[in-house]
Amino acid sequence: MKPAAEVIYFDNAATSWPKPPGVAAAMTDFLERVGANPGRSGHRLSIAAARIVFRTREQIAALFNLPDPTRVIFGANVTEALNLALHGLLKPGDHVITSGMEHNSVMRPLRALERRGVELTVVPCAGDGSLDAAQVAAAIRPHTVLVVLNHASNVCGTILPVAEVGEIVRARGLLLLVDAAQTAGALPIDMQAEKIDLLAFTGHKSLYGPTGTGGLALGERVDIRRLDSLKQGGTGSRSEREEQPEFLPDKYECGTPNVTGLAGLSAALDWLQERGVASLRAHEMALCERLLNGLQDIPGVTVYGPRAASRQTATVSFNLAGLQPSEVGLRLDEEFGILCRVGLHCAPAAHRTLGTFPTGTVRFGLGAFNTPEQVEAALRAVAALARGH
Amino acid sequence: MEEYAVILVYSTTHALRIEKLLGERGLECKLIPVPRHLSSDCGICVRLRRADLEAARAVIEQAGIEHEGMYPL
Ligand SMILES: Cc1ncc(COP(=O)(O)O)c(C=O)c1O
Repeated sequence: MKPAAEVIYFDNAATSWPKPPGVAAAMTDFLERVGANPGRSGHRLSIAAARIVFRTREQIAALFNLPDPTRVIFGANVTEALNLALHGLLKPGDHVITSGMEHNSVMRPLRALERRGVELTVVPCAGDGSLDAAQVAAAIRPHTVLVVLNHASNVCGTILPVAEVGEIVRARGLLLLVDAAQTAGALPIDMQAEKIDLLAFTGHKSLYGPTGTGGLALGERVDIRRLDSLKQGGTGSRSEREEQPEFLPDKYECGTPNVTGLAGLSAALDWLQERGVASLRAHEMALCERLLNGLQDIPGVTVYGPRAASRQTATVSFNLAGLQPSEVGLRLDEEFGILCRVGLHCAPAAHRTLGTFPTGTVRFGLGAFNTPEQVEAALRAVAALARGH
Repeated sequence: MEEYAVILVYSTTHALRIEKLLGERGLECKLIPVPRHLSSDCGICVRLRRADLEAARAVIEQAGIEHEGMYPL
């Protein structure tokens, strides 16, 4: 295997790597110097562990402009957060609207709920993955309770108009759930300004934290009496009672949390704040712009999605005429040390929309640590494969 | 000797929120295990000077943080 410095890691849409300096150290520090169970015991190390969790909660709340940090519910990843929101809110007879660009972490819970009597409308997207907010408005019925959208596609980066949909959703008294797996940390997100009621995020992508971290941020319009918990168990609070507590965050957080992971996420959020989401976005947009232009100049390359850095995240999907995505991925890895993801990216619905189902695409997911030189090297590699070398 | 009081809370998260709010207003406090005679629960509570209790109550209620009770020690 090539040493880390020699590979070109273009799989940040799956999980970001490398992590910022300080992330691994914070995790080691927790394990070596704190180590205790937060919120369970009253001793100093237990309180120190609880402080790490609480500080991370505050950082997440600040990042998404949520005033009350107890409305940040931590969990294993965005998939768990989406399951909590969807299974917790939707009851048989309810109607829910989603888009034709969703990841399976939205589509599979929705299909499962459909079998239990929840009605589902999938609003189609255009061939570049974009969504017309007016079509969401047109799909609303009297018993619609929720609209769920990904903020940006994990396949081709298309940014969906969440603020515009938020406006519509709020005017009609519904709730908006956003899957921010691809955007939390990559684009500025303001839950209040964009009228997002529930924001599901994952810690290991553009927030640059470790795997095994994520959560659901609840806006103030979410009535927690109407959001059922996904699991029940020990919280360290109200131990005299056998019923799950009704207050936040304990109603939805039980079992010992991933404090090691949250310690890493907290350090990553410090780094993110220092670098600034806007300046990271500018860096990624510049790389994305060059990648999009360079790819489109190579004969035989088809690029999917908006093909405009301002309308997408730095995730780019393409295909090479006459070559299977799997073959391209293997050759990029073996011959050029370029690591990416090929195939369907857990999002068959999105690939149907783009017209790339069932073959899929080659996906380059750029991140904060990628460089213009790496983009040039990747363009040379793709050009070589396109020429049949 | 300084006279203390404690604020019992439902969870550690609440205790940490209260600690932060009081700290911002210069009301000194410390998180300690809940004294056995006040509750059988295993968690922590917020200890502060008894003289600061009323000021703390106002801050906590204004922030809308629920608590289980406030007791002199
Ligand atoms: C749009 C989208 N939703 C959900 C997920 C699932 O993320 P996780 O595996 O962290 O739950 C991903 C990434 O894999 C994604 O890109």
